[in-house]
Amino acid sequence: MLKLLNTNQIKSRSFLKFKSVTRILASMSTTSGLIEQSIRDKLVKILSPSHIEIINESYMHNVPKNSETHFKVLVVSNKFKDITLIKRHRLVNDILKEELQNGVHALSIMAKTPEQWESSNKVIESSPNCRGGFGK
Amino acid sequence: MNILMKSPKILKFDLPFCYYLSTKIADNIKNLVEGQKVVVFMKGVPEQPRCGFSNAVVQIMRMHGVKYEAHDVLQDEDLRQGIKEYSNWPTIPQVFINGEFVGGCDILLQMHQSGDLIEELKKAGINSALLDDKKEMAEEKK
Repeated sequence: MLKLLNTNQIKSRSFLKFKSVTRILASMSTTSGLIEQSIRDKLVKILSPSHIEIINESYMHNVPKNSETHFKVLVVSNKFKDITLIKRHRLVNDILKEELQNGVHALSIMAKTPEQWESSNKVIESSPNCRGGFGK
Repeated sequence: MNILMKSPKILKFDLPFCYYLSTKIADNIKNLVEGQKVVVFMKGVPEQPRCGFSNAVVQIMRMHGVKYEAHDVLQDEDLRQGIKEYSNWPTIPQVFINGEFVGGCDILLQMHQSGDLIEELKKAGINSALLDDKKEMAEEKK
């Protein structure tokens, strides 16, 4: 009985340790949003957008709270002029290559010229639900 | 993996082998991509997509009445990585028409909304079901 208790104690202790570590990690990412910031910095630096929005959509997915895994970016830039849609997306993907290789799992892109953005309804549609929730 | 890191000798032999493997995977993917007019690489199967973005592509294809071949990248890690390298595109789903990479979910959705998808399918000799609907509506109006 005593032995059993002991192992249980050890188990619960190591569990506590694990929990506190994850808590610290998670709180770190809330305060800084490191990846979100680096996405913004890179896009601003290279595309000098007239309007930019970075939306962390990770909460919609089956990942730990405060994760930075799923993003949607809206970039309105003159540099997209006379560039096909697929090339605009490739450009953004390329700028964020590092992030995409290191933990960013999904990146939804809206890439528009200022004229296109002005003449649109200026709505950023939310991404589809995680697992087959499209159209719900 | 640990053994590989610790022993450079094995790593030396391993590199050409990896290269051989990756070219083989690329050849396989080329065959898959060119096997059908429309090919979709997705998470899950069309009947049960395992990701919202993949599901969106499935719904778009359904609306246009397009027959396509779907490959589930969750069933094959080589395919999941290989397809990203093949098309130089970092995310899934991926849509190919006539062997050419067209885009992922965002692009397909935008092409669907702008009507460009109907044109792109037409180029591949596929008649979109939405085009038929439009014709019917126009005739009804007459």
